[in-house]
Amino acid sequence: MLKKRPLVTFILLGLVLFLASNRVDELRVFQGAAIAIYVIAISSIILLTGYSGQVSLGQGALLAIGGYAAALSRNHFGAPVWLTFCIAILVAAFGGFLLGLAAARLSGPYLAGTTLALAIGLPSIANQFSILGGEQGLLYDIGAPPESLGADFTQYKWFFWIASLAALMSIYWLRNVMNSRYGRSWKAVRSNDVAAELAGINSGRNKVLAFTISAGIAGLAGALLAMTISTVSPGAFPLALSFSLATGAVLSGVTTLGGVMIGAVTLVAIPEIVGSAVSRFEFSEMVANNLPGLVVSALLILTVLFVPNGPVEQMRARHEKRAER
Amino acid sequence: MIQFINMLLIGIGAGSIYALMAIAMVLVWRSTRVINFAQAGMALLSTYIGFELIQKTGNFWIALPLAMLLGALLSALVEILLIRTLIKHSSSGPVAGIVPIIATLGLLGFIRATIGFIWGNQDVQIQPPLSKIGFKFGTETIALSPMNLFVLLAVLTLVVVLGFIFQRTNLGLSLRASAYAPEIAQLAGVRVGAIRTIGWAIAGGAGAAAGLLQTVNGTGALSPDSLEFSLLLTFGFIAAVIGGLESLPGAVLGALVLGLVLAAVQIYISGTLVFIVAFALLLLVLLIRPQGFIGMKAGRRA
Amino acid sequence: MSLVVKDLVVDHGAIRAISAVSFTVETGKLSAVIGANGAGKSTLLRTLSGLNKATEGSAHWGEHNLLNGKPESHVRQGVSHVSEGKSVVAELTVAENLDLGALWRRNRREATESKEQVIQLFPRLGERLSQRADTLSGGERQMLAIGRALMSKPQLLLLDEPSLGLAPLVIEQIFQTIRSIVDSMNLTVVLVEQNAMGALKIADTAVVLNLGRVAATGSAAELIADPAVRAAYLGY
Repeated sequence: MLKKRPLVTFILLGLVLFLASNRVDELRVFQGAAIAIYVIAISSIILLTGYSGQVSLGQGALLAIGGYAAALSRNHFGAPVWLTFCIAILVAAFGGFLLGLAAARLSGPYLAGTTLALAIGLPSIANQFSILGGEQGLLYDIGAPPESLGADFTQYKWFFWIASLAALMSIYWLRNVMNSRYGRSWKAVRSNDVAAELAGINSGRNKVLAFTISAGIAGLAGALLAMTISTVSPGAFPLALSFSLATGAVLSGVTTLGGVMIGAVTLVAIPEIVGSAVSRFEFSEMVANNLPGLVVSALLILTVLFVPNGPVEQMRARHEKRAER
Repeated sequence: MIQFINMLLIGIGAGSIYALMAIAMVLVWRSTRVINFAQAGMALLSTYIGFELIQKTGNFWIALPLAMLLGALLSALVEILLIRTLIKHSSSGPVAGIVPIIATLGLLGFIRATIGFIWGNQDVQIQPPLSKIGFKFGTETIALSPMNLFVLLAVLTLVVVLGFIFQRTNLGLSLRASAYAPEIAQLAGVRVGAIRTIGWAIAGGAGAAAGLLQTVNGTGALSPDSLEFSLLLTFGFIAAVIGGLESLPGAVLGALVLGLVLAAVQIYISGTLVFIVAFALLLLVLLIRPQGFIGMKAGRRA
Repeated sequence: MSLVVKDLVVDHGAIRAISAVSFTVETGKLSAVIGANGAGKSTLLRTLSGLNKATEGSAHWGEHNLLNGKPESHVRQGVSHVSEGKSVVAELTVAENLDLGALWRRNRREATESKEQVIQLFPRLGERLSQRADTLSGGERQMLAIGRALMSKPQLLLLDEPSLGLAPLVIEQIFQTIRSIVDSMNLTVVLVEQNAMGALKIADTAVVLNLGRVAATGSAAELIADPAVRAAYLGY
């Protein structure tokens, strides 16, 4: 059904989420918002890596740029919330554009290493300039939900709605982009950029375009993330975030948008599961702090070794093989 | 004048440690065509092991070589478990290039979490075995202390020993041949798999030395999320890229250049710009002369 | 010891590169393997030396199963393969390339003797021992590649298109040298060549491969005289 009438499907999905959000408690709603944000962030990686074949380990940095742009525009110019999101997208996209210009000439480990360097260094840059609020960061307050939604409508539910709406719109838009001729030319460049060039596709321009769009989406995720914690600070976008996102992308299956929920849900579920295991078994603090990271990393290694294309692709491939017989 | 000398000393001191890291990365890159992002993590783990050894024996001079040995064994173990599995399961298609990168990243996260597991996330402290107070020339104190001097000498010794092994021994010939042309090496009877493991072991030992030396040379503080180690990884990578990723002497030179440039920036301009300059240098090299300033190969890099 | 290949099948992914190839080479004989581009000649050698995996069939050098194990182990059984495209390590010196072939050998004195033999055979290499391999001419590189293979004290030598890209005069030299080492060292040689005439002239027996199958076998003299072979590969 998704293939035939995508718009209808997405609207239905939206309605389901709306109904669901009224039934669950605050924690779940907050987690729902987190999942939505991860969906957006992971899809930006899927676009960049899965479709355009470029490895960026610094997605966290782009989220940070988006978050800071949103906060700054709200605090200094009093921009309305929807405008701050647009600004976040544009500023991050510009950052991605610059990165893409550099990245178009790099490949493989060089690109990975450079983006990793960016992810490591960006937080320290934020520390240096007082306009960025230093270590504590800046406030980012999107305000209370409108009164028309009723007095019972909590702040977290508001976050969830905004994040989910943004996620639905982004995924819908992304699907169209990936199925368009841009998406196809990215795939061509990814498989063999020399052949693609010969076929008339300007691989450099394509790579930059992929970076720009991917960065814009990441910026949106960053702004939404800042929204949910009401601040932007270097600590909100640590190196671990870039790693988590990469993990989520691999778990989802980097080459296809279809599995993006798997990665997003896993990233939220694991700390939850680990957390309850820790409190049940009363592990020490050292274990409690590090077990989620341990599990996530182990999961990443196992997935990338044995199911590198992601479980969705794996099942699809197995399905096709069976159909052939 | 004193400032200039201090800048030179700081630059060479820092650069020599980056050199160890860069050597480790180039070794692994050349023997496996994988950039091992987990290398800093392994160096970190080896440094923690060094910390434990110092606690147990109370002697830094025993702990250092032992930590290097254990780091080498650890690295060999990783090669056997992880990398060989990677090669066996290597897929083709769009993800093929990314898989090793993500795998070593996962390993990095795993190691960091393990360290937190065992030693906790708070800082631990390693006491430097030598004085950190600079030597005096008349009334001036220069930025060279007995500890610094030891680090410089240690790195110099390691680099010379490694160079000797690579250029003048049969093992070195096997290592180089396996890195440059693994198929031909196989056809010549070189046990390429075992040689690769040895290459990783050497890299692990070098990384352990880098980690431990950097820690005692700096603040002495050690933590799993240590920024210094992330920077060590980054600067080691940048140094290796400047040197061209293909040659060991290149990596050493690249590291010294990087160390001096950053020291100059720190002393003459501002400490806050250090990372930005390093990053800009990285981009500059990758865009203008991707094969590095000392390396010689051009063509597709992948 | 002879090389016995029976019903060998090698696949490259979905493509069957070699189907049901069988032939035998007796000790001390030179067998030429000729055929057009893509006939599977290189794949054949790579499978015999262990670089490629066979799908079915068998290949034995004496008692030793060539289809089992890594190339490194075959070398220790006396199999030496000079792969296609000037199989030398460009970044190493001539001397280092030669030494590379003898690294696995226990007896260092014999290894040194081998090196002296190779230098006698190829004096040009002796003049350039400390030069990097990528400074050599095409012909010298081919000599170095063969020299490296000889340093492993082989009994079975697999040569993949040694004449490729070389000037006619140099090709002549190389072929003469190959014939002479077969005779003087009692080597068994499988010579894969596109230069069918040159190969057949120095060979004892020959195999003609076409699209991965054996199209003809026999003594070299027979095949030179065979009109079908002449038309297809010898140009007259």
